[in-house]
Amino acid sequence: MEGIYHDTDLEDSQVFEEKPVVRVDDIPSSKDFSSLPVNQALEAEEKIRLYSQMLRIRRFEERSLRAYQQGHIGGFLHLYIGQEAVAVGSVSVMSGDDHIITAYRDHGHAIAVGMDMDECMAELFGKRTGCSKGKGGSMHFFAPDKNFWGGHGIVAGQTPLGLGIAYALKHRKTKGACLCFMGDGATNQGAFYESLNLASLWKLPVIYIIENNGYSMGTAEARHSAGEPLARRGDAFDVNWSVHHGHDLYEVRAAIKDALDLARENSSPSVLEIVTYRYRGHSVADPDQTYRSKEEIEEYKKNKDPINLFRNKIVSEGVLTEETALQLDQSAKDEAEASAEFALASPFPEISELMDDVYWETDNPDESLSSGQMFFESSR
Amino acid sequence: MAEITYREALNQALSEEISRDPNVVLMGEEVGQFKGSYKVSEGLLEKFGPEKIVDTPISEAAFSGLAVGAAMMGMRPVVEFMFWSFCYVAFDQIFNNAASVRFMSGGLIHVPIVFRGPANGGTNVGATHSHTPENFAANTPGLKVICPSTPADAKGMMKAAIRDNDPVCVMENTILYNLKGEVPDDDDFVIPLGKARLACEGSDLSIIAHGRSVQVALQVAETLHDKHNISVEVLDLRSIRPLDLEAILQTVRKTNRVLLVEENKPFCGVDAQIAYLIQEHAFDHLDAPVKRVSAIDVPQAYSKVLENFQIPNHDRVLAKAMELL
Repeated sequence: MEGIYHDTDLEDSQVFEEKPVVRVDDIPSSKDFSSLPVNQALEAEEKIRLYSQMLRIRRFEERSLRAYQQGHIGGFLHLYIGQEAVAVGSVSVMSGDDHIITAYRDHGHAIAVGMDMDECMAELFGKRTGCSKGKGGSMHFFAPDKNFWGGHGIVAGQTPLGLGIAYALKHRKTKGACLCFMGDGATNQGAFYESLNLASLWKLPVIYIIENNGYSMGTAEARHSAGEPLARRGDAFDVNWSVHHGHDLYEVRAAIKDALDLARENSSPSVLEIVTYRYRGHSVADPDQTYRSKEEIEEYKKNKDPINLFRNKIVSEGVLTEETALQLDQSAKDEAEASAEFALASPFPEISELMDDVYWETDNPDESLSSGQMFFESSR
Repeated sequence: MAEITYREALNQALSEEISRDPNVVLMGEEVGQFKGSYKVSEGLLEKFGPEKIVDTPISEAAFSGLAVGAAMMGMRPVVEFMFWSFCYVAFDQIFNNAASVRFMSGGLIHVPIVFRGPANGGTNVGATHSHTPENFAANTPGLKVICPSTPADAKGMMKAAIRDNDPVCVMENTILYNLKGEVPDDDDFVIPLGKARLACEGSDLSIIAHGRSVQVALQVAETLHDKHNISVEVLDLRSIRPLDLEAILQTVRKTNRVLLVEENKPFCGVDAQIAYLIQEHAFDHLDAPVKRVSAIDVPQAYSKVLENFQIPNHDRVLAKAMELL
């Protein structure tokens, strides 16, 4: 896949013009990924589960958008709709010793690792029953018991953290790896390059997955990045890199599985660029009318929707019937609706709880080693 | 008890804690082969090997963040900054990630990490290398901040910091590295964070200080005693967050006159908060307004003459003390 959309035909006079980027998903995949062993090994039941996971993420987010519009959710809400195959495909090839961390568009990864809709929706509502007790919000979901380390709000801020997770695994001689997700915009932050250098220098089992949805907020790839493909930046550090289609769940699984094997067996890092697309604005506050056309969005929905494509695939494989597909969809909608009801009915945190979860020590006074005043304006 | 330097005291603390807990590693620029830019880690690479004493490239954002990620997984990294001034290129990792992850996860994660290194002026290295960010760190809920001023405190508090389950910023001082003092050689000599130390007792004036300013305060106390027969009490804060408010109020109630001394720049410096707390809790005990001596409020100067005046020196502190008496 390397260099697949490298464009070298620019005249000097065009240097300051917006240059065309041929996205990898404009080029149809030439491979049949369903025949690879990693996908051949999938039981029918597992395929249906993967399909259902993507649906659940989409219906959850659609419901959360309604809740936002109804005023139940504040702040930012960065929707993952359109990108579901990336998180679901990636998580589906992880083993128990593998870990995952991502940026602020984190609902898909959270549900893919098995967090339930109730705790996620309640977090969006700022409720005490939320996964972070209403203290993190949309961008900061965590489930360390499921090896999910967040949910991080600063672009590329999680890239050194993912490195550290990989470092800890290697230090403890655990045969695992860390999948560190990031957006295309994060590839222009210094922390990412510093992390790539250390990943390669110290041979750490970290896999940087650039979910390239084409836009860094409202800035198209052609306007934010020189030197496509983005994954090629791994080259400078001798890090393996490749580019993949993100609308094909089978292809995502194959790519991540290969990178995981390299990381687990050789402790080698990788950079995978997975080209995908988001249907909604950067966040729901983005009116999404200034930087791309409605036609572009419609075109993607029509031809490259990851959920439709996977449904068609497994229907044609004889794994899924249209009837079951409808049932699964209804059940995902019902689950999302129930999560909104749960969130609405849940209590807000008490003001006194504001002081909890800041320091381990103040949360565990019986084991405290220090004395002195820790807080200087308290809600208690 | 042995008389050793502040540098050797830190070295002992690191060595003992690395031996004690397999999760502890030391990482930073030049900590291994080079033996530490200020030789704090001398001999540790030979003793513990490169898996525990980790030389990093000049890449603070990556290795600070890496250490935070490893701490989230249960390791206890000690990150050395050659100068605390260099933490500014790793700001996001310390002030967002290390400080906030526990809160943002509703307490699911904690970050047992130590960030350490010198944070001081007075060595003619100019503005970029002379920052004293204890006020930034203390302004960030989730972080703890300590500024040991003696060899014994350097050892006991560093050990406490490494055993602590929260992120602790240890602000050392290059000028103190050669300071000698009695230090217990007990493996479990741990000084709890949040306990101030009465550096000398007195009755006419309290000088409250942290870091190297404590040493300056003690010199001024001596001058005031010898030349003016004035009895000065010096309180060493040791720990900025948690803060020993009780000890502060106790000395204020005793002498009724307070001078605050720090190397921090004045605006929103640590002592701005201390002054506020004193007037809030001990207003009726004050016989004079609280006074401060901090660094002169410009970027740190290079020239020896300028910088020696800029940081709180004996004469500036003495002059301000006289205003209070």
